Amino acid sequence: MATQRISGSEAVIKSLLEEGVDTIFGYPGGAIMPIYDALYDYDQQVTHYLTRHEQGAIHAAEGYAKVTGKVGVCFATSGPGATNLITGLADAQIDSIPLVCITGQVASPLLGTDAFQESDVVGITMPVTKWNYQVTNAEEIPEAIAKAFHIALTGRPGPVLLDIAKDAQFAQFDFEYKKCTKIRSYLPEYPVDPFQVKAAADIINAAKKPIVLFGHGVIIAHAEDELKEFIEKTGIPAAWTLLGLSALPTDHPLNVGMLGMHGNYGPNIKTNEADVVISIGMRFDDRVTGKVAAYARQAKIIHLEIDPAEINKIIKADAPVLGNAKKSLRMLIDNVNPNSHREWLDEFRACDKIEYDKVILHDIHPQKVGLTMGEVVRIASEKTNHEAILVTDVGQQQMIASRYFQFKNSRSNVTSGGLGTMGYALPAAMGAKIGKPERVVFAMAGDGGFQMTIQELGTIAQYNLDIKIIVLNNNFLGMVRQWQQLFFEKRYSFTEMKNPDFVGIAKAYGLASQKVTSRDQLENAVQEMLDHQGPYVLEVVVEKEDNVFPMIPTGASISDILLEP
Amino acid sequence: MKQEYIITVFSEDHIGLLSRITIIFTRRKINIDSLTVSESAISGIFKFTIVINETPDRVQKVVGQLEKVVDVMKAFYNTNEEMIYQEIALYKVSTEFLFESDKVEKIVRNSGARILELTREYVVIEKTGHSDETQQLFDELNVFGVTQFIRSGRVAITRSNIERLSVFLKERDAMLEQVD
Ligand SMILES: Cc1ncc(C[n+]2csc(CCOP(=O)(O)OP(=O)(O)O)c2C)c(N)n1
Ligand SMILES: [Mg+2]
Repeated sequence: MATQRISGSEAVIKSLLEEGVDTIFGYPGGAIMPIYDALYDYDQQVTHYLTRHEQGAIHAAEGYAKVTGKVGVCFATSGPGATNLITGLADAQIDSIPLVCITGQVASPLLGTDAFQESDVVGITMPVTKWNYQVTNAEEIPEAIAKAFHIALTGRPGPVLLDIAKDAQFAQFDFEYKKCTKIRSYLPEYPVDPFQVKAAADIINAAKKPIVLFGHGVIIAHAEDELKEFIEKTGIPAAWTLLGLSALPTDHPLNVGMLGMHGNYGPNIKTNEADVVISIGMRFDDRVTGKVAAYARQAKIIHLEIDPAEINKIIKADAPVLGNAKKSLRMLIDNVNPNSHREWLDEFRACDKIEYDKVILHDIHPQKVGLTMGEVVRIASEKTNHEAILVTDVGQQQMIASRYFQFKNSRSNVTSGGLGTMGYALPAAMGAKIGKPERVVFAMAGDGGFQMTIQELGTIAQYNLDIKIIVLNNNFLGMVRQWQQLFFEKRYSFTEMKNPDFVGIAKAYGLASQKVTSRDQLENAVQEMLDHQGPYVLEVVVEKEDNVFPMIPTGASISDILLEP
Repeated sequence: MKQEYIITVFSEDHIGLLSRITIIFTRRKINIDSLTVSESAISGIFKFTIVINETPDRVQKVVGQLEKVVDVMKAFYNTNEEMIYQEIALYKVSTEFLFESDKVEKIVRNSGARILELTREYVVIEKTGHSDETQQLFDELNVFGVTQFIRSGRVAITRSNIERLSVFLKERDAMLEQVD
């Protein structure tokens, strides 16, 4: 490729184009102005979305990455711009989301002098990035960006940050771009070892009561088809983690529901009755395991995992299978015998019946006067034929939505799992909509989380992002209130909120909006929202003190999951 | 049960890597007893030698996390018995004690230490050994009064013939080829 003499700033944009980037979320400021200036000439090739806060930009990039499988790109200026990214970086790090974040930095002679808007961004972001690097010479830009994309997307993905000094943005140099495909100190994934596969297959072939637990890794590895083929061949019931949601259709006969603290009754208690646990692309988070000492002790554990540090980290694996889930599942499929586990599966269905009668029925078809979150979620899912993308915030509404929303397609659930970041839904939904404009995108948030990033309504209005926003308003920091009720003698310490007029706020931003307070309005309101062309804010006032059940109290065994208080 | 482990991290020579490595310990509230950085026998590849006191389970997990650092090639952990290791210590004592009696000189000679520098006011003594040995010399000299003392981080090598990393690098190359 011929070289061209251009500025560091232009090299940033050209390098991004070389990586196939057409979407950037960001917020400008002094130290990144040269890059923004270069961007001005490239508006035909790349669309930049100006958010209302850098946290909004990075969560949008996460939402975009999750629904597309591509790297999310985000710009911010030095100092406060960069520090506003931290929550998003931590979120992307723990949930393995590929991001490339570019921050401006003061000119290199000023580094370490407490210059205006200087902060040690590389130092601050070190624990919350997969890799970061400070660029002080324009010549380094193409290689740094090429490396950033390679690292962000391969292996176990994660966020990468490049901090580019202002003088490097201005400097002219001969630009040449070469993609990065290999770094000698970095092995993205281990080749799958056929002996490990064989050992796992032998255990599976002898299993009487096996269960598959699958997580985000299946989606990241694009291994949905292999997962389906594997469980269908072996007849093994499969349960998803919060981040595994949508990797398998909800109504698949072998899908037995969600694991974890507010997951389904069957998969939780049955994990402790299974003779073999096959975990695929999941990391035994404490919200899934409950008390580790009482977790799946009776079972042989098979762990398909790309990250060697996850194997034996929480739960010791009897048969680890290191590598990319798509490849290891393919090999496993070839080594397992066709089977079915009818009676064992029936045990799950019996559990479902118990859970339905005790919990689900009252959540999604309530008889009481007040509205429940569950019925709102059910209606939203039904009215979109279970084909929408669900973006949730954090708290009760997140758990209820994850329990009752149904999925037909993978990459349709966007939520903050590991970090539990309130304020995530609204900006992440922007990225999801931009990444998948043809899909209906719901953003579901509580009254608390909605107000953490409510200013992104400005972005949604400016770009007319057709997101269906549902605010499930219980006038409480509901999930915290639930814990206060159950474990702190109902001492509601600072969890009740005096909320603003959400409809008024939406209208002030120029968005269509409506408030629903009773059941007879609900279906029509959801329909109106869906019929409306463009963004819509639907506030639903729900019961103030409803609780999410089932529940595994912190520190309890999954066998002691509660169906009611 | 906790015991002393020597962790050896092989890495690229990049700015900031020391921080990336130490925060892994900090996050888990593991104290680093000693840390030494130097180039290895393979040019361009650096070695961090880190001593911690931990349980086998925790040391294993920490090593797993160290290997996740992009610029880290490989990390090993060993017990003291598995490695040959040394530390170096410098002691400063007032010269008058050297001339008052032959005691200081005897201590130095018996401990295999040596005198590095002798001035009218002070004498600088150097000793190489394990920390209990350098500590013992400190205790003996301190009867007279040690005015300055410093002990280096540990350096350690394995009992095998070559850098362990050479084998690893060959295997890694093959794997990088295999995984497109
Ligand atoms: C940024 C952040 N701060 C605090 C919390 C702790 N937290 C978890 S759930 C929750 C309550 C959320 O309230 P709301 O958004 O109204 O949702 P609800 O539980 O009522 O559905 C809080 C405060 C958090 N997860 N994230
Ligand atoms: Mg609330």
